[in-house]
Formats: sequence, structure tokens, C-alpha cells
Amino acid sequence: MMKQTRFSYIRGMMRPVLMFMTVLLFTGMATLVLAETGAGSAQARIAPVGEVRLQGQPPVEIAPAAAKAAEEKAELEAAPQPRRADYPNVGMSSRAIVWVLAQMHLFFGALVLAVPLFVLMIELVGVYTGDERYDDMAHEFMKISLTGFSITAIFGGSLALALFMLYPDFMGYMMHVFGAQVLVYASMFFFESFFLYVYYYGWNAFRYGNLKWVHLTLGLLLNASGLTIMVLANSWATFMMAPSGVNEVGAVVGNIWEIMKGPLWNPINLHRFIANIGFGGAVVGAYAAFKFLSTTDPEKRAHYDWMGYTSNFIAILAFLPLPFAGYYLMAEIYSYSQQMGITAMGGILAWLFIVQAVLIGTILLAGNFYLWSGMSRTEGSERYKGLIKVIAFVLVVSFLIWVTPHTLILSASEISLLGGSHHHILGPLGIMPAKNIAVNLMLIATFLSFQLYRRSDKVATVRWAPLGNALLIGVYVAAVVNIIFLGVYYGYFTNTVYKVGSSVAQVSTTLVVIVAGLVIDTLMFRNAKRLPSHWGRIPDRAQYALFALPIAFTWLMALMGYVRSSVKTHWHVYTVMKDNSPDNFIPTIGYAGNMITLVTVLFLLCVLFMFWVANLSGSRQAKPEATAGGEA
Amino acid sequence: MKVLFKTLGFSLGLTLLFTLVTYLLPQVKGEAPVEKKVDLSSLTMEDFIALGDDIFHNKGTCTLCHKPAPLGRAPDIEGDDMVAESAKRLADPRYKGDAKDAEGYLRESMLHPSKYVVAGWGKKGSNDSESPMPPVDKPPIQLSAMEIDAVIAWLEAKDGNEVTVALPTAAAAAEVAAGGAGGDAGKAPAPAATAEEALAKFACVSCHSLDSKDTLVGPGLVDVGSRLTSEQVRQSILDPGAVIAEGFPPAMPTDFGAKMTVNELEMIVKYLAEKKG
Repeated sequence: MMKQTRFSYIRGMMRPVLMFMTVLLFTGMATLVLAETGAGSAQARIAPVGEVRLQGQPPVEIAPAAAKAAEEKAELEAAPQPRRADYPNVGMSSRAIVWVLAQMHLFFGALVLAVPLFVLMIELVGVYTGDERYDDMAHEFMKISLTGFSITAIFGGSLALALFMLYPDFMGYMMHVFGAQVLVYASMFFFESFFLYVYYYGWNAFRYGNLKWVHLTLGLLLNASGLTIMVLANSWATFMMAPSGVNEVGAVVGNIWEIMKGPLWNPINLHRFIANIGFGGAVVGAYAAFKFLSTTDPEKRAHYDWMGYTSNFIAILAFLPLPFAGYYLMAEIYSYSQQMGITAMGGILAWLFIVQAVLIGTILLAGNFYLWSGMSRTEGSERYKGLIKVIAFVLVVSFLIWVTPHTLILSASEISLLGGSHHHILGPLGIMPAKNIAVNLMLIATFLSFQLYRRSDKVATVRWAPLGNALLIGVYVAAVVNIIFLGVYYGYFTNTVYKVGSSVAQVSTTLVVIVAGLVIDTLMFRNAKRLPSHWGRIPDRAQYALFALPIAFTWLMALMGYVRSSVKTHWHVYTVMKDNSPDNFIPTIGYAGNMITLVTVLFLLCVLFMFWVANLSGSRQAKPEATAGGEA
Repeated sequence: MKVLFKTLGFSLGLTLLFTLVTYLLPQVKGEAPVEKKVDLSSLTMEDFIALGDDIFHNKGTCTLCHKPAPLGRAPDIEGDDMVAESAKRLADPRYKGDAKDAEGYLRESMLHPSKYVVAGWGKKGSNDSESPMPPVDKPPIQLSAMEIDAVIAWLEAKDGNEVTVALPTAAAAAEVAAGGAGGDAGKAPAPAATAEEALAKFACVSCHSLDSKDTLVGPGLVDVGSRLTSEQVRQSILDPGAVIAEGFPPAMPTDFGAKMTVNELEMIVKYLAEKKG
């Protein structure tokens, strides 16, 4: 009877989910059928031959052909070229308004796309380990980001309104190009909201047994709809940078897939996917750090210490492959338009990469500092303390090389003192080969910190441990030598083409170190002796590293968004629709810095609100005691 | 509350530190190119050369790539004597363009950069057969014919060579007044009204003779209507690779289906189907 009831309960719970999945399946199949028939392609439009009404001839018998010709004519409409007077004037910079709203929407969009991704992974780890702490932590991560979905929607709606109001011609053109795809985008929010609320509010209802798998499936579908939203929106941004599916005057000549599938679409999808995870991890890490600092209860400190460590782990792990995704993106930009690539890396925007170096340096230093401080949790960390100094030295020297500018703004007397516009020693450190060496060494050093931290509470018991350690040292030494050799030889003694090519070999070397390190340690520390580890035993100052991470991440995201958008220079849609608005120039880096700081502070305040609301739900006001007169 | 203020203070301080870094760097504004008016009545060759210099360094964005080694991603045009270089390149067996002199070569290299690619500077994987340089008369650079002439004048003059380009004519000035080469950017190519216009618009006559059986690049079309049905003519335009006339290379563009309107295609098919020799 009990069994029967339980089965009915499961069946009752499953029914709406199965119905929803059926709708999804049919929608997907319909889309596939449409794609297969090539609806909308140029060939399909031309295919029904003999049904066309020619000028000066009597109408053909088949009426739909005339409609098709009219459709053809409508589709071959060039991109509008608005004059300056066509842009509405609202008394302040339209670009500044859109900049703030777009960036806030992107910050929160990135956060709410990323959190469910790693929440699902943590939940899965909880299922496999049977440790309910993972499940609770995953649930808590969802709780603190829940308000973020509404904030994302608020900024998204405001952004859309601002764009339609301030850039009507541009938005009209984008709607003309993307057509029904925009409606698909909008409809995905219904799917995402459905999965989000069932996933979050059903957490405890679907906690064990088969229902847990239903819950994990819901999480998967939540992520699938979130990622679909992301890639659809990315196609608009990449179309603006590298339009496809349109002719040289912006008239639509391809179908929606050809329009979306521009040369930069997948590089941006990959880059944003990875960066979002790092960003999300950093933001929830700040929450854990704040809660850690706000309590003196050892149990709570232990919980939030563990939560902060997990967040930092997610953020840094996602951050390590990010430069590789960045290389891929830049390589595709260069391949699409060398001019665009150089505008970003060697033209007016090149100075921004000095700021980028400062930000990435901050992220790596903060991440490393947190790991070193975290070693105090374990009693086996003494073995590795000496190496920390070496890692710190490599990080600082590499960071200084990275921020060394190529040229300096100098007065005539300073140039004569220096003997030219470039310093004879520091000058060579200002160009990309030196910076490529520096960034790869910083990534390797960070991975070493991570590896040492992971080893600090373990003692290997396998017989081949000394050999494994020797092998690992060999991998590190060979990699460092290779990275320096590639950078120096191909960077300074051959032409630029080889310089760019060698950077691929450098990042591959870094990847080899990471993969080799993970493989060797996994095998070597199988059945290892575990040393005691004390969660909560970490200095308070280490928590500030968890605040530095999201601030630097947020700033970095806004900065790189500015670079990505600015490489279009004075074009709304590169090469097909000019930007003739009063803001069609690239602003100075100082102005950009002000805007980025403004959005970072706004984001910080909104995130505080989000955390506060999350905590509010767990608070309950004590019932006031009745007074003598019976009044509360 | 103390923790809140400490962490907020730390976060704001760090944000301001990053902002400060941006103020330590050069404050350069990237202006959009501005159209310049040329007064033909007072224009001298010196002005024209100076205009070319300005276009090369600003609107043309040439210096993004054409820099001295090791910074450049293209030959150092400013450092080299381009008239002497042109002579060498014209004599190179790899040269596949139509220019006969330095002026013609320089113009061709701007309009059709892949006609000759300097060894080592081709697109990756193209074995120096394809140039990464965009044609300068197309977006995003969009130089007018007069602006291209000005750049050639400057390239010739900068190393003391004789300037062979003529000062702009009234027709060129009219083009600039209309917005230069970029003036067409806002308009879709007008649909052809007749079959002859459509054949000219898609440059069919560049490769096919319409009034003889002579072979240019493709076969002559004077009797195409007796050789092919309307359906086959249509197929050979939309999918030229499906059937290739014997002895001819597969050189016909494959994107006419995307470029032609339905009217244009049908006009061309009807016109060709009626050509029976």
C-alpha cells in the first residue's frame, strides 16, 4: 500500500514534467523540420521557377509567386543609414544610458546563468558522495542568486526600451534581420522561469531516490534554457561585429541560421560560457566571505569557510582556461578582419590591455593568496611553505612585466634622457612576446599553488611517489623553459606572423602542465593518508581576497565588454550600418574607467540587495510580548 | 555593521584604484572619420599630396598594419620607396595583376590586394596567395577614387619620385560631394529593369560573349538557347558546379542564387533561352 502510494506520488509529480518535456520535444522537432526544408534560403525562394511575374508581361496564373517576388523585394532592403538628426536627443549621452543598462543586464545575466551551472555540478557531487553538505550548499547558492533573475529581467527590459527609444533605426534594422528569432528568445524565458522555480522550490520535495534524478534533470533543463538564451543574445552582438547572412549593404540574403552563425559567434559563446562561471563563483565567494566575517560561531565559520573555498575553487578553475578562449576569440577576430584585430590589440584600444593586466594580476594574486592562507587549515602544509615564496616571486615579476607599457608619453627632455621613446631594457618587455611569457608563467604558478593546496592534507602511499614527484618537477621545468624559449626566440628574432603562432604553442604548454599535474596527482594520491583539516581555521584577512576577486572580475568584464563593442569603431553593424550618432567616437580610457566604476558600484549595491533579500527569507521576527494594557 | 563598512570600503577602494590606473594612461579619443571638402579651384598638387598623407595615417587606417618591423603585420610602406618596390613586384613571376606601371600597381594593390601578395605577408594557410588586406574602396575603409589617387600621389612623392596621378577632376569632386565611395553604402543595388541590365549588373559579359561563340573565360552564349533548355540555363546559373561545359574550369561564381532577385533571374533565363544562334 505504502509502495502504491509512493508510486502514485512520483507519477503525480512526474506528469507535469513529462508534459512539458513533450512540448519541448515537439517544438524542437518542428524547428528541425523547418531547418531541413531550408525555409527562407535564397535557393528556396527562387526554386518555384516559372511562377514569377515579369515586368511588362501579363500576370502569371499562380498568385503566390507574385507574393514571393514582393517578399524577395522586401527582404533585399539595405540597412538604414540614419543621419545625425535622426537620433533622438534626450539631453544626455544616449550611449551612456545604454552602456549602464546593458552592462548591468550582462552582469546579472552572467551571474544567473553561471550559478545554476555549478550548482548542478555540486548537487551531482552530493549525490555521488552521499554527503548532504554539498546538497545544502548548492541549495544555498541558488537561494542567494534567486533575486538575480528578476534583476536581470528588469535591466533587460529597461535596456530594450532604451534601445528602441534612443536608437530606433538601428533596432528596426536588427528586428528586420533577426525577425522571429527574437520571439524565440523571449519564449525561452518562460521555459527558464518554469525550470528555475520548480528546481528551486522543489529542492526538498525531490531530494532522495528517483526524485533526486528528476530534480537533476530539471537543473539540466534550467541550464539548457539559460544557455540557449545566452547563445541567442550572443548572436546579436557578434552580428554587429562581423555580420553574416547579409550582403555588402546589409540586405538580408541568408536564412536565420546563416545570420546567427557568424565567424565570431562560437568564440564569443565559449568565452562567455567560461567567464560567466568564473564570475559567478567569485560573486558567491564574496557572500561566503561576508558571512564568515559576520559570525563568531565556529560551526558557521567552518561552513562559510568551506563555501568560500568552493567558490574560489570554481572561480579560479574557470579562470585558468579563459586566456585560451580569449586567444581563440582574438584569432577569429584577426581572421575575420585583421584591421579589427589590430584596432583592439595594437591601435587606440591597446592601452586598455594594461588595465586588463592589472585586473588579471589582481585576480591571480588574490586567488593565490587565498590558497596560501588556506593552507593553515591543514597540518601537512608546512612541507610546501618554502615554495610559496618562489611562486610569489614569479607572480610579482610576471605581473610587473605584464603591466610594462610599450611606449610612454614623454616630454622632449625625457626622450633625450631616455635616448629614445623606448627604454633600452624595459622597451622589449612592453611588447606581446614578453607579456605572453608572463601570463603563461602566472597561470602555471597559480596552478602550482592549487596543486600544493590540494596536496597539503595528504601523504602519498604509493611506492612510486618519489618517481611521480620527479616526473612532475620535470614537467614544470620543461614547460617553463619551453615557454620562455618560444617567447624569446619567435617573439624577438622572427616576424609578427611567427610571434602570434608561437603563442599558441605557449598556451598549449601551459595546458599540458595542468593536465599532467591533475593526472599524476590523481594517480599518486589514490588511497593516500589523510591529515587532519580544520575548516574555519583561516585568517580573517584571507576573506578580503574573496572580495577582491568579484570586484576585479566585474571590472574586467565591463572593460572587455567595452573593448569588444568598441572594435566596431564608428559602425552600429560593422561595414553595413554606420553609427552617425553624436556618440560615434571611441571615448578616452579615463571616461571608460569612470563608466566602468559606475556600473561596478551599481552592481555591488544590487548584489548586496540580493544577498540581503536572500537572508531576509530565513529571518523571523520574534512575537512581541503583550504589555500590561494588552497592547503589542 | 562594522564588517559591512569594512568590506564595502575595501571593495570601493579597489574599484577606485582600478579607475586611477586608467587615468595614468594616455587619454586618446578615437574620432569617426569626417568627410573633407576639397576646393578644386585652389587645389595644388602639394595640397593633394598632403591629403594623401592624411588619409594614409588617419581615415585609411593603413598604419594599423603597415609599420616598421618587427611591429608591422604588413610591408613597411612608409619606410620603403614604393615606386621602386612596384617595379620589382611587377617583374616578379608571381605577379598576376594587370598593372603596367607603379601608379597602376599601387591602385591595383589597394583595390585588389590579393593580385600580388608580398612573400611572408599572406593570409595564414594561403601560401601567400591571399592578402589579409581589405579592399580600400569597400567598407569599413571606403575611400573614394579621388582619395585613392591622393594616397598614390603621396606614396610617389614621399621618396622624391615623379607624381603621375592627375589632380582630381570635377567628376571626382562630385563623387566626394555625394559621399565618396561610401555614398552608396545606404542603398541596395537597384534591381535591373531589363535582361541586358541584369547581365551587365552581374558582369556575365566579363566571362561570356553574348554575340559570338568565342570563348572568353566561359563558353560563348550566342546559341545557348539551342543547346540548353530554360531549366538547364536556370540550373547553370544557380548551381554552376552541377554541369560544367567540357574543357572549362569551374570558375563561375556560385552565389548568384543569393544575389539575384527572382525577376532578374527570370529575365536572364528568358533572354538566354531565346538566343538560338
